Amino acid sequence: MLTIPQDLRDKIVAHARADHPDEACGVLAGPSGTDRPERFIPMTNAARSPTFYEFDSTEQFAVWKEMDDRDEEPVVIYHSHTATEAYPSRTDITYANEPGAHYVLVSTRDPTIAEFRSYRIRENEVTEEPVTVAE
Amino acid sequence: MAIEVRIPTILRTYTDGAKQVEGTGSTLGELLADLDRKHGGLRERLVDDGGLRRFVNVYLNDEDVRFLAGLDTPVKDGDTVTVLPAVAGGAF
Repeated sequence: MLTIPQDLRDKIVAHARADHPDEACGVLAGPSGTDRPERFIPMTNAARSPTFYEFDSTEQFAVWKEMDDRDEEPVVIYHSHTATEAYPSRTDITYANEPGAHYVLVSTRDPTIAEFRSYRIRENEVTEEPVTVAE
Repeated sequence: MAIEVRIPTILRTYTDGAKQVEGTGSTLGELLADLDRKHGGLRERLVDDGGLRRFVNVYLNDEDVRFLAGLDTPVKDGDTVTVLPAVAGGAF
């Protein structure tokens, strides 16, 4: 289960809408071991593509180092699909390399409805999980 | 001579859970070969026939080695090498 504050959920959706039709991507950092997403970190999609995303490597290093310095971990890794379902694709599964993270997918294929779903991806297996939006 | 190498969570199965290991070498390529002797199979996760794998990021101190000399990048005592799997995906 993913428990996420309303404002962080809204920020993710806003980011996805702003970058549409390119895929948006980013991280929610939280204190290590707590599974609590607290800090919103939108990332540059270095691929700048409507069908692919990749964190810029230098930016990723800086963010990961900062999380390490703050004793945080990536609780959520999110990205958007701009024309397809908010469900992990084959490439999403191939490159899901943070076994402790919740993988959040947003779809912006509909201009008024934002699909927001969360998954665990471990050892090439996808398990959808419920999302609880907290205050 | 020791170069500190930081290992991401997903590769710690090769290092008995250690998040940091040490190695020697005068280039990144030599360092990875040295690490592979102590932690068999690790190198193959980082390197393929074409050199460093496409979706693995390796940094010397705070620079992506793709912007330096890749596997030929010189390394020395006191350097820190960090490995981070790329975060990527897409519609298909």
